[in-house]
Amino acid sequence: MNKILVAGKVQGIVLKSENPINFLGTVDKKTGIISDNNHDLFGKSIKDVILVFPSGVGSSVGAYTIYSIKSNNAAPLAMICQKADLTVATGCALANIPLITITDEQFKSLKTGMNLSLDTDTSNLIQYQ
Amino acid sequence: MELTRDEESALKGEHGEIMQIAYRILVATGEATDAEKLIPIEWAHLSGVNYNTIGDAGEEFLSSISKDARVSVKTTLNPMGFDIDNVANYGLDKDFISKQLSIRNSYETMGVVPSFSCIPYEIFDIPKDGTQVAFAESNAAIHANSYDNLKTNKESAFSALASAIVGKSSYSSIRKDDTPNITINMKVKNPNELTYGMLGFFAGKVGDTSVNISGLAEMDKRQCKAMCGGMGTSGTCAKFIFGEGDSDCEKIDFDEKEMQNVHDELNTTEKGDIITLGSPQLGLDEISDLTSMLKGRSFQKRCMVFCPRTVKEQAKKIGYTTQLERAGCEILADCCTCLTPLINKENVDAVTTNSIKGAFYLKNSNGVDVNLKSLSQIIQDETR
Repeated sequence: MNKILVAGKVQGIVLKSENPINFLGTVDKKTGIISDNNHDLFGKSIKDVILVFPSGVGSSVGAYTIYSIKSNNAAPLAMICQKADLTVATGCALANIPLITITDEQFKSLKTGMNLSLDTDTSNLIQYQ
Repeated sequence: MELTRDEESALKGEHGEIMQIAYRILVATGEATDAEKLIPIEWAHLSGVNYNTIGDAGEEFLSSISKDARVSVKTTLNPMGFDIDNVANYGLDKDFISKQLSIRNSYETMGVVPSFSCIPYEIFDIPKDGTQVAFAESNAAIHANSYDNLKTNKESAFSALASAIVGKSSYSSIRKDDTPNITINMKVKNPNELTYGMLGFFAGKVGDTSVNISGLAEMDKRQCKAMCGGMGTSGTCAKFIFGEGDSDCEKIDFDEKEMQNVHDELNTTEKGDIITLGSPQLGLDEISDLTSMLKGRSFQKRCMVFCPRTVKEQAKKIGYTTQLERAGCEILADCCTCLTPLINKENVDAVTTNSIKGAFYLKNSNGVDVNLKSLSQIIQDETR
């Protein structure tokens, strides 16, 4: 379902994960690199990308991690999820990172490397460049 | 979510940066939980106080916003990591203590009442029926909705803080008069507080936002608190409704077998090295009760008793603390079993407790074994 959780306007390259992300403990706060070797983004940095993933999981304290990543200039430009969860929602709200949810079809169509613009003031929210 | 013109302008930053962050949190959580609008609240209760849980990121965030942020409604807060009166006895490192005191200072600067308690419903006056509040502590939110005729979401640390600053919270389904689609029938005979804790844990797993519970006998305060603590631990469910519910409700029995399943999930040993009482923290009635149960007896092991500071002070005046200390209890204010940094697996292998909530966190966060027993059983087995 389409929801705007945190408003904003950005343009950037998609980094997509098929796995949920637990921000507490699996993302390096200084570099934004995913440190969980069971994760499909293991070793990749989420810095300055449009991060697309199903949803957040794990402790709500993970919201503070999102805030820290942003304070360290290692945060994504925006996040796009299939399902809204409170940890990612509050984390993005704290850090002022645009966050939307999209339909399952839209989620399927997004691929790593795509150049995307996201604008929560437009009706279709996302547009391929 | 529908916002008023004033709320829209706050979200755009026209009322300053703190208001903008707070509104951003309320809108993001409101959208995530399908709330339709924001409504005024009269009391916020915050979690996210213990340095053990929020860490450096939390400490830094609170320190930064406390320069400008002020709460606009009555705001109380959860336990922190230790009792400053006796922290020296527990070998906590200096860094932990100073970070915890910084968190305490940030909250006090923002105007939060330094209650450090997970039982606000027991130590503060309850507002009139139907009052909207915003409680983050799960057992307190469930208690407020189920026993105190208040209305609250099971708030997160962040939505409760944002609610305290703005004086509003999101209006989601739990605040309305909802009809649960599931009824749990209590079948276990002669229940004690441990049984009710397990019932709550079971209910939290099967319930969505609220559950009906039928077949309950008269319950005392300890049992009610145990049930709320248990439910808050295992899921998102935020309210018990007492009764059979509609006829089309799905019916589930909580019987000896279901109880055994919960017991097996949380009880990992038959013997503890130390005993903890309190998660939720003990109120004055429970302290008084414990004092009489311990008359002429004393613990053969360390027994940590957690309560709010106001309760510790009252108990001291009445003379309970002297009697409890004589019976071998360590009385700790401002902190709780749940997520305590005072117990760690380097010096403790196993803990005996009557708390389902305590058991869950001791096992999963502190990494120690847990031995579950009712209070009367603990006194029978562990005192002489």
